[in-house]
Amino acid sequence: MIRVENLTKYYGKRLAVDNISFNVEKGEIVGFLGPNAAGKTTTMRILTGFLMPTRGEAWVAGYNVLSHSLEARQHIGYFAEAVPLYTDMTVRSYLDFLARLRGLDTKRIKTRIEDVVDICHLEEYVDVIIGKLSKGFRQRVGVAQAIIHEPEVLILDEPTIGIDPIQVAMTRQLIKGLGKERTILLSTHILPEVSMTCERVIIIHEGKIVAEDSIENLSSMISGSRRIRLEVEGPSEKIAERLRQIEGVHRVSYQDTNYTVECSAGQDPRGKIMETIVQGGWTLLSLEFIEMSLEDIFLKLTTEEETGQ
Amino acid sequence: MRNTITIALKEFKSYLASPMAYVVTGIFLALTGFLFRYSAATYIETSIRGFVETGSLVLLLLAAVLAMRLLAEERKMGTLELLLTAPVRDSEVILGKFLGSLGILTAMLVLTFYYPILLMSFGDPDMGPIGTSYLGLFLLGCASLAIGIFASSLTSNQIVAAVVAGGILFALWFMGTVASYLPETVSEFISYFSLSTYVPAFTRGVVDSRGIIYYLSITALFLFLAVRSLENSRWS
Repeated sequence: MIRVENLTKYYGKRLAVDNISFNVEKGEIVGFLGPNAAGKTTTMRILTGFLMPTRGEAWVAGYNVLSHSLEARQHIGYFAEAVPLYTDMTVRSYLDFLARLRGLDTKRIKTRIEDVVDICHLEEYVDVIIGKLSKGFRQRVGVAQAIIHEPEVLILDEPTIGIDPIQVAMTRQLIKGLGKERTILLSTHILPEVSMTCERVIIIHEGKIVAEDSIENLSSMISGSRRIRLEVEGPSEKIAERLRQIEGVHRVSYQDTNYTVECSAGQDPRGKIMETIVQGGWTLLSLEFIEMSLEDIFLKLTTEEETGQ
Repeated sequence: MRNTITIALKEFKSYLASPMAYVVTGIFLALTGFLFRYSAATYIETSIRGFVETGSLVLLLLAAVLAMRLLAEERKMGTLELLLTAPVRDSEVILGKFLGSLGILTAMLVLTFYYPILLMSFGDPDMGPIGTSYLGLFLLGCASLAIGIFASSLTSNQIVAAVVAGGILFALWFMGTVASYLPETVSEFISYFSLSTYVPAFTRGVVDSRGIIYYLSITALFLFLAVRSLENSRWS
C-alpha cells in the first residue's frame, strides 16, 4: 500500500531524509518511530504530496506520489502534526469543505459527517466554531477530516501529542479500530504508543532507518545482550568489581543496592553471580532477567548510530 | 472546476465571517462617496468620472489588502498543508481564491451603484461612460487581486504580502507618469505596461480593447506566477 524507494530530501544543504526505503502492506499498522527532527514528518509530507523529494520515489495505493500526485492524494487521509484547522469555521462546515475537495457528493457528505462525528465523539460540538474548541477536540476534528473520505491509507503524524491521557487512550483505541480495514502509518516519539497500537515498527534516526521489524523480533534481535537485575546488600563498589570479573558479563551498573548486569545473548551467568555473592559473604535479595523494552531498543539503536559516525 | 468553486465559496464565506471585508468595503464607500460628492459639486457634468479616476487608485490598494490573507494566512496557520495534500490542483486553489475575493470586490462595486442611481434621479447622465467605467474598475480590480494573491503566495506574513502587493501595484500604476519624463518613444512604450494608462479611456466611455487585453493579461500572468510560487513551496 505504501512503498518508498531510496527517498532523499534536502532542505537547502541540510539533509532531512537520507536514502530510506520501506514497505507497508495492506491492512498493516506500522509505527514510524524516531526522536524529534529524525525525518518522520518530512517523509510523511512527501507521501502526502506536500513536499517533493530531492531523490527517490514513493507509491501510495499504487500511485506514484510524484507523477500521479492527485490520484495518490485521493487515497490518503492525512493527520498533520500541526493539526491545521480553519478556526473561523464550524466543525460541520470544515468537514464539509474538505469532504467536497476530496470529491464526495453532497448526499454522501451528509452521511459521512454524521459517521465521523460519531466515531470521533464530536456530536455536541459539530456546530461550534473550531476556534472555540480545546486542544483535545481540535485533535479529534483533525482525525475526523482524515477519515471522512474513507481513505485506504491513513498517515497520522503524532496524533496523540499534547492531549490529556484519557483522550490519548481514546485516540489509540480509535486508531486500532481503524487499522482493521485500513493501512496506517503512524509516527510518534512516544514509545509505549507503538507497542500498544502497531504491529510493526520502523525506527528512523537522523534521516536514516536504523531498524525495521515486528516489535517481538526487534527485542530479540537487540538482545544481543541480555540483562539481569539483582539486589544485593553489601559494599557496592566491591560487589560491582567482582561481578565484572564473571565470564560473559559485559557491564555492571548500580545504584544503592540495585545492580544491572549485561551479558551476552545465550549466556546464563546467574549461577556464577549467585556463587560470587555468596563467596563474598553478601546477601542476595533478588535476581531476575529483564526483557528489553522498546525504549531500550530505541535508545540503543539511536545512540549506536551516533557513536558510529 | 468543482474544486475551484468549492474553494471560491469557502473564501467568500470566510470574508463575510471576518471584519476585514466590512472594513475594506466601508473605507471604499466612504472615500469614493467623498470623491463622488466632490466631483458632482465641482464638475459641470452628470458623470461618475471624478469617483472613478481617483477611486481606481483606492480600489487598487484595497484589493491588495483584501488579497493579502488569501495564502499568507494559510501558510501561517499551517492550513496550506490541508489544501496542498487534498486532491486538488494548485491552479484550482489559486483560481478559487481569486474568484472568492473577486466576489467581494464585485459586491463592493455593486454597492457604489447608488452614485449613478442618484445622478439618474437628479439629472440625465450618459449611461455609456458609466458602464465602461465600471467595466474598467472591474478589470483593474481583477489585475490588482491577482497581484495581491501572488504577493500573498510569497510569504506567511500578511503585512509583508500587502506591502509587496502595494509596491508592485504602485510601480505599475505610476510607471506611465514617471516615464513621461523620458523621450517620447520610450515613454510611450513604457506606458503600455502601466495600470493607469487605460483608466481615462474607460471613464470616457471607450471600450478600449487594448485595455481589456492588458488587464486580463496582467491578471493571468500574476495568477500563473502565484501557481508557480505555490508549486515551488513543495520543493523548498
